[in-house]
Amino acid sequence: MLRKPAQREGSPFTGLSPVFMKEFADHLSSARMMVLMLFVLAFGAFPVASSLQQLRTVTEQDAFLFLRIFTSAPDSLPISFVFALNFIIPIMAIGLGFDAVNSEFNRRTLSRVLSQPIYRDALLLGKFLGGLATLAVALTALWLIVFGAGLLLLGLPPRGVEVARAACFLVTAIAYGGVWLAISLLFSVIFRSTATSALCSLGLWLFFFLLWPMIASAITLGVAPSQIRSAEEYLAIEQVGLVLARFSPGTLFSEAVVGLLNPETRTFASMLPAQMRGVIQGAPLPLNQSLILIWPQMTGLIAGMIVVFAAAYVIFQREEVRA
Amino acid sequence: MTDNVIEVRGLLKLYGVTRAVDAIDLDIRRGEIFGLLGPNGAGKTTTILMLLGLTEVSAGTVDVLGFDPVRQPLEVKRRVGYLPDAVGFYDHLTARENLRYTARLLAIPRRDAEKRISDAMESVQLADVLDKRVSTFSRGMRQRLGIAEIVMKKAEIAILDEPTSGLDPHATFELLEMIRGLKKVGVAVLISSHLLDRVQSVCDRVALFNHGKIALMGTVVELANKVLGAGHPILVEASGIDIAAALRGVEGVQTVVAEGEGGWRVVADRDVRASVAQRIVSSGGSLTRLADLQPSLEEVYTRYFQEQRHAA
Ligand SMILES: Nc1ncnc2c1ncn2[C@@H]1O[C@H](COP(=O)(O)OP(=O)(O)O)[C@@H](O)[C@H]1O
Ligand SMILES: [Mg+2]
Repeated sequence: MLRKPAQREGSPFTGLSPVFMKEFADHLSSARMMVLMLFVLAFGAFPVASSLQQLRTVTEQDAFLFLRIFTSAPDSLPISFVFALNFIIPIMAIGLGFDAVNSEFNRRTLSRVLSQPIYRDALLLGKFLGGLATLAVALTALWLIVFGAGLLLLGLPPRGVEVARAACFLVTAIAYGGVWLAISLLFSVIFRSTATSALCSLGLWLFFFLLWPMIASAITLGVAPSQIRSAEEYLAIEQVGLVLARFSPGTLFSEAVVGLLNPETRTFASMLPAQMRGVIQGAPLPLNQSLILIWPQMTGLIAGMIVVFAAAYVIFQREEVRA
Repeated sequence: MTDNVIEVRGLLKLYGVTRAVDAIDLDIRRGEIFGLLGPNGAGKTTTILMLLGLTEVSAGTVDVLGFDPVRQPLEVKRRVGYLPDAVGFYDHLTARENLRYTARLLAIPRRDAEKRISDAMESVQLADVLDKRVSTFSRGMRQRLGIAEIVMKKAEIAILDEPTSGLDPHATFELLEMIRGLKKVGVAVLISSHLLDRVQSVCDRVALFNHGKIALMGTVVELANKVLGAGHPILVEASGIDIAAALRGVEGVQTVVAEGEGGWRVVADRDVRASVAQRIVSSGGSLTRLADLQPSLEEVYTRYFQEQRHAA
């Protein structure tokens, strides 16, 4: 008696661009965006300023001096700019996405908008892309500010390869933001209350930042034999820990960033003496080698973003539109 | 095909095991105002959402202007305007910006859109607040803005869910006038409401809805004749003589029932007001009120379901 969902006609992307434009414009002009930017500047300015201070006094030759602005942590406060980004980006993304869908319910605009010739697909994707574009604009602005400050204070231009690596870093940061944007969008679809949705997103963020590293190491210790007999065994156990840690998007982001901004990075685990044969310690990898190194992390971030978005999509399709 | 803009056959909606809409048949004709009336929870909103393809259909078929809302929702939604129950707009935007967003979703070319927006706002008498934020709008203004959206869309069918709920009598009157205006330009209008008497005046035909089923369908007079019996009810208020006896003597009078203090409800087979007045005055009574009673849907409704319950 019940019939199967019939094949629907018309492109699922009909109306995508007006939704995207509206979301993007709304975000850019919102007070919330101003607050987020201030927040980012406050947290980003200090590490950048102090690392610049320190780098100006460095006299030894460093081929990647410019990249050190991003990664070096001042002695006074062991927080580098990228570390700050690691926890600021999720907050920005959550701030942009936590009320994306449920606010339309609460304002009772959803059924009116969906009664226009548009599928839910376009609405959700438009909201996601609008948020992602906003995030990209904000991060690019921040990136340019840091770059400009570097130019002014270090007084020497970055080399081409440094610019390329820093640009890859920017892309990674946007992808990392995309993961958290998708997560907050998912909660905004699940919960009608914006407060609950924000709370869940922030809760998950806290979980990954505070709890997950501890849980991962506890599990690793649990599976480890009481006596480690060989270096191989040690590495195998270390590998378990790494894999567990990589469930957190923050780990993927920081590994990718390390690979990009520290060109000397060859692996994220320890190396056996046998593997080190023929490796010149401290010699930088060419960019394409570094990209190959971080490729799994990048795909992990993008796949995570897609999976979470798909979950939000499936739930949203089934949701009743009436408030 | 006939001149129906909406044809519904055996439409069913299950929520778990409850039948929110229970295999209804419904036709809406071109250019008419059709009232979908019934108490809260009767299934009106669910029916409307299925007409628009906004919720899944459990069984049955719907045809809207030749399109199937299940398979071709975009085509349907391009041609049908919808004013949801308690409509919302983006409060931080002005009325114009809200309508502009809709116009973009409808892919109306920009230059056209501006003209259409101002014309539509003119038609619902909101032209002076075109550039005011919607957050400053009253409930009635929001409803009118919703109508303006439908006008701008140049919809062939307008579906209005509880458009008068929460409005004061004056705002209700204005809104009903605007709905008549839609009909004048050839739009078929489907109104759902739980306030039967409020909207009965604008409806050409109505369907009385209860527990997911359509109990009665037709013009208000048809329904009244069917349920309250054929006849012409009037209200008489008079004193001084034995009114009931005097009334019963008038030719054509069928029933006389006391109603309130010194009032009688008289049903006759024709309009007997003139002879009633004459009879009362000539026999020395004083006539204080003589009114033609429109059949009230509320009454039809109550009576019908009372009878159903007794029958059961
Ligand atoms: N999402 C839902 N899940 C389960 N039951 C629902 C849902 N939405 C509506 N109903 C039920 O369907 C029936 C019809 O509701 P509705 O169409 O909103 O009535 P009306 O608009 O006439 O007041 C009600 O009994 C309501 O409880
Ligand atoms: Mg309803």
